[in-house]
Amino acid sequence: MEGILLYIVGVLTLGGIYAILTLGLNANWGFTGLLNIGIAGFFATGAYTSAILTSPDSALYLGGFGLPIWLGWVASMLTAGIIAWPIGKICLRLRSDYLAIATIGIAELLRLVYRNEAWMTGGSRGITPIPRPFDGWDPILAQFLFLLVVALVVLAVYLALERAATSPWGRMMRAVRDNELAANAMGKDIEARRLEAFVLGCMIMGLGGAVMSSYLKFFGPDATDPLLATFLVWLMLILGGSGNNRGAVLGAILVWFIWSGTEIVTGFLPDVLASRAAYLRVFLIGLLLQLVLRFRPEGLLPEPLHGRKSGRSAG
Amino acid sequence: MLMEFLNFYLIPGIVLGSIYALGAVGVTLIYGVLRFAHIAHGDMMTTGAFLALVFVHGLGWSVPVALIPSIILTAILAVVLDRLFYRHLRKGAPIVMLMASLGVGLMLRSAVQVIWGVDPIAYVSGIQRPVVYGEFRIFTRHILIVVGALVVMGGLHLFLTRARLGKAMRAMSDNPTLARLSGIDTDRVVMATWVIAGGMAAVAGVFLGMDGHLHSMLGWHVLLAVFAAAILGGVGNPLGAMLGGLIIGVVEELATYPWIGTAPLLEPTYKAGVAFAILIALLIWRPTGLFKGKVL
Repeated sequence: MEGILLYIVGVLTLGGIYAILTLGLNANWGFTGLLNIGIAGFFATGAYTSAILTSPDSALYLGGFGLPIWLGWVASMLTAGIIAWPIGKICLRLRSDYLAIATIGIAELLRLVYRNEAWMTGGSRGITPIPRPFDGWDPILAQFLFLLVVALVVLAVYLALERAATSPWGRMMRAVRDNELAANAMGKDIEARRLEAFVLGCMIMGLGGAVMSSYLKFFGPDATDPLLATFLVWLMLILGGSGNNRGAVLGAILVWFIWSGTEIVTGFLPDVLASRAAYLRVFLIGLLLQLVLRFRPEGLLPEPLHGRKSGRSAG
Repeated sequence: MLMEFLNFYLIPGIVLGSIYALGAVGVTLIYGVLRFAHIAHGDMMTTGAFLALVFVHGLGWSVPVALIPSIILTAILAVVLDRLFYRHLRKGAPIVMLMASLGVGLMLRSAVQVIWGVDPIAYVSGIQRPVVYGEFRIFTRHILIVVGALVVMGGLHLFLTRARLGKAMRAMSDNPTLARLSGIDTDRVVMATWVIAGGMAAVAGVFLGMDGHLHSMLGWHVLLAVFAAAILGGVGNPLGAMLGGLIIGVVEELATYPWIGTAPLLEPTYKAGVAFAILIALLIWRPTGLFKGKVL
């Protein structure tokens, strides 16, 4: 019984961390129509920043700064934002296709750097141990409390994005996304708005990476696999409903439950089949993305129509 | 010193560049006709490479012969994928097709991983010796790749400039509305685009496999270089894409040459960064590419 409960807590914690990433992507794609396929890069940047700043001194990687965990998390948002800014500055003048290609490039390049610069990141051995909040408390209680922390972070990001979406800034974002020409004619600075949304989204992804590295207590190149850090997040957002923050959270938790549920199923298979079946799960992720795009492109929770009623009554 | 430069840097660069060129032409054609960046192109190369493997290992055919069924099967696959996953999205924003291609790429890659596993496989095992002329040395496979790429691209150029369907493709790439109004069968043009892009992706994939090992990430790893090549040549411009591919391939190899002192100018591990640097430089200074292509 206790085992099942702890398993559910674990799945919920990871689902919550994915919800942070999905909310970040929603700020890119959902609000502003920016195709960021390099989530893994910003996620890894955040994770390594926090890991380096908070972990104990070691000869195997850069560390020993011993900063408090919350400061590591804040710093991770900053570094992810600093990397996102020039990329956005260069690509956002052009159509979103270029951003898609450039973000694939920057993510692969960042992963290459993190894998090879062992003096900084420990190379393929990774960084461990990364401190987690409530270390040294009763382990079961600590699990619960960490889930609570993750839930609070999700809530904070959610509220901030909701506030942004319903503010004049959010209205302007949708205008830029849905009719760039009209928004431009109204004198809106499209490039600057897009850049804000891009950097904001990437900072949230960096935060997601930081929380992940604290949770795992170990962070290495395998954790930055674009399958887990990029594609899964895209599926979560598209399935949950792009443009809808609640949909982003719902999609993240739902897809993570499905993903970890199928892992249990393949666990029962003999070894030879199990390794193949792991890739079959990936195939199904791709297929599910196609099915959602075809049959329910608005996702489970469609984008809310902000302020339409008041607009009509005022008109 | 000169011979070393030629044997170990320039020739591999031209070989790699020919492969990039084959991929970039496909990407540029798909963009021209269908208006989206086809992210699954790298994985389509991988699929083509592994389809050829079936004939090499299963039936004992030589790689150049196995290339033919691989081209046909990959072309058919490209058309089928279009029918299943892209056709119904054509009415909406093209950017959604880009996202669908992300999913298609993932499906192709994982299908390869399910069927053939993740360990590297070679078409032909054993060490291949180069042909030596004095100090100049060249591998037979390198000659085969460059000549093969030239033949394929020459054929494509003739098709685009002489054949009715090829001209229709160019017309649709230049001005889709005008093309439709002048009675061009758009469905046929779209199908032809997928057949050509798929077939050329198969050639590129098999050549990549010949020059190294086959593995499930084969195409994904060159995707960025292929896109950089297409943009360098001007998106929608097949001749430009060929030249763009060649330039990127040669620059990638030459960047690791010890130009200053004895250490490589760029650590070979970071070779992948060259294409990215070129891409960023292009986006800053010349998004139309060298030959005034479109800007997406």
